[in-house]
Amino acid sequence: MARAVSSRAKVGYTVAAWIVALLIFFPILYTIITSLKSEQEAIAGFDLIPSFTLESFRAVQTQNDYWKPFTNSVILSLGSTLLALIVAIPAAWAMAFSPTKRTKDILMWMLSTKMMPAVAVLVPIYLIFLRTGLMDTRIGLTVMLMLINLPIVVWMLYTYFREIPGEILEAARMDGATLRDEIVHVLTPMAVPGIASTLLLNVILAWNEAFWTIQLTTTNAAPLSAFIASFSSPQGLFWAKLSAASVLAIAPILILGWFSQKQLVRGLTFGAVK
Amino acid sequence: MNSTFRALLGATALCAVGGAAAAQDPVTLTIATVNNGDMIRMQSLTQDFTDKNPNIALEWVTLEENILRERVTTDIATNGGQYDVLTIGTYEVPIWARQGWLTPLDDLPAEYDVDDLVPAVREALSVDGTLYAAPFYAESAMVMYRTDLAEAAGVTIPDNPTWTDIKAAAEAMTDKENEVYGICLRGKPGWGENMAFLTAMANSYGARWFDTDWNPQFDSPEWNEALTDYLTLMNEYGPPGASSNGFNENLSLFQQGKCGMWIDATVAASFVTDPEDSTVADSVGFAQFPNKEGVDNHGNWLWAWNLAIPASSQKQDAAKTFVAWATSKEYTDMVAEAEGWRAAPPGTRTSLYENPEYQEAAPFAAMTLNSINAADTQKSSVQDIPYTGGQFVAIPEFQGIGTMVGQTFSAALAGQMSAEDALASAQSATAREMARAGYPK
Repeated sequence: MARAVSSRAKVGYTVAAWIVALLIFFPILYTIITSLKSEQEAIAGFDLIPSFTLESFRAVQTQNDYWKPFTNSVILSLGSTLLALIVAIPAAWAMAFSPTKRTKDILMWMLSTKMMPAVAVLVPIYLIFLRTGLMDTRIGLTVMLMLINLPIVVWMLYTYFREIPGEILEAARMDGATLRDEIVHVLTPMAVPGIASTLLLNVILAWNEAFWTIQLTTTNAAPLSAFIASFSSPQGLFWAKLSAASVLAIAPILILGWFSQKQLVRGLTFGAVK
Repeated sequence: MNSTFRALLGATALCAVGGAAAAQDPVTLTIATVNNGDMIRMQSLTQDFTDKNPNIALEWVTLEENILRERVTTDIATNGGQYDVLTIGTYEVPIWARQGWLTPLDDLPAEYDVDDLVPAVREALSVDGTLYAAPFYAESAMVMYRTDLAEAAGVTIPDNPTWTDIKAAAEAMTDKENEVYGICLRGKPGWGENMAFLTAMANSYGARWFDTDWNPQFDSPEWNEALTDYLTLMNEYGPPGASSNGFNENLSLFQQGKCGMWIDATVAASFVTDPEDSTVADSVGFAQFPNKEGVDNHGNWLWAWNLAIPASSQKQDAAKTFVAWATSKEYTDMVAEAEGWRAAPPGTRTSLYENPEYQEAAPFAAMTLNSINAADTQKSSVQDIPYTGGQFVAIPEFQGIGTMVGQTFSAALAGQMSAEDALASAQSATAREMARAGYPK
């Protein structure tokens, strides 16, 4: 029997959800507000009403060109995500449909690499990048970001693939589908919502990555994370400018998230309720 | 014959190499810097440099101070050679130079006139008499006060005030109902924030961080007196919420006319007297950093942002050319021409302070130079000490220890603990960290 939800409880839940959402969104909102203030206003204290000046955005653009790091961010996040999917789809397929005794261990091991603090491998990776000439190149950083996010991508895809009945793949095989056909024409279309949400999440993760993207770049491949870092200052007033730089850096990903929220939510809750 | 021929061949080859070097292949210098007003200005003036050196192109990497430090440390430690010129502070220069990470700047061209560098700054950037970094802007600390408020309150602040004078003036100028606070001081925790000020203040009370065996000295009567007076000043005459005020917050308060006095970096003088940003620009007076009666010490605050060349750079010669250009007298003249004398990078060259145009444009010039030259970074306390550094202790561990102690003192300012508890906690924490780091070395 379906449990009836009283209208009062409904109102209560809605209010609570709004409060939580506002709390989570507030830092971003305040950054946007601060970016529209003058430096004097920004430091003067808490105030929700800015003077709507665009001087900080202008200052940011004159001091540091926005488009170069923006292009780098787009290339790095999309490139690393596509690369990760190409590697992870076959891997997740193998683990989901032909599991062995060791599959769980391998999955755990993959995840465990995420538990190590990144700085622990900074020096070796820095040296590898130096020796191979990958330092400050987009290709090097794309591979790096792909490797960092690969465990999460494999895990997510593995979870989605497990929801797909193996019988369908068997049927395809009976009809003479090759391995490649099976993955490309049967499995992938069925797992599109899962792949889409993995893709989106991975783009967001890669976009926001701020350790390796700063450590392994100087000028050529530096993405928006390095762009933001250049607006913090030891002396002088810079809050409004820093906020403007942050707004410019998060705006694309915020817009992407806004338009794809349906896929994101569906993907993230996919298989959660049985 | 054969050997003569070979010698000739060798000579020809050498000439060819020499010729190639003289023609100078184009090089690109990567300059790592912090986001600092003077550095941003430098980026806009590099046209002059590239005109004079058409074979040298410049790439700028601007990073937040801590990220820059982390990034550069990794690069130098792995001999990465990603950077050719670095912007580093006076804290790093002696430490990095001793590690062999910086190229000595002992062969700068004669026209650079290295003897024109302000002596105290030059000394702070040298290790065993060798210069390791070229300063492009330097500061000490001094008292900035509102002449109008002082007059209205009937107090005079002498050029060399004592802490008693400061306290009396703070009391007289405070008018909390009108949001005017007698004194604004740093309270925000951090080795470069409140601890810069408190270390200088403690110096002027005759205190020291460590005795000659590297034992922390927070249990000394001098530290107790300094911290107690700081807390009294701030609690009775300071602005509310001072424990989160750093340089920028106090600057804003002073510019809005809410502080009677502000004791901080001399570089602030050009901001508070700038009529565009400051509401009190025409009524600011300056005085030397205070001392306690009977203690001949004015805090010894000295900080400079400098250009240094990492030993790992592959383009040493081009880098030296750039460093010499960016910290030259001609550069100062160029800034003055482009943006007026007030904007000239302060604190680094004696000739700037002898320039009547600068003295005219910058009413704070004399006091700034006095303060810088009064700073002794080799012996910052009247007692015997094993370390160098003015408002900091020039050991690698100081960043961590200074920030930890700063948090304790900030908590005391916020009223979360007493001065005695804060000092006891600082004492035990510092002793523990120093033991862990293996001192005495």
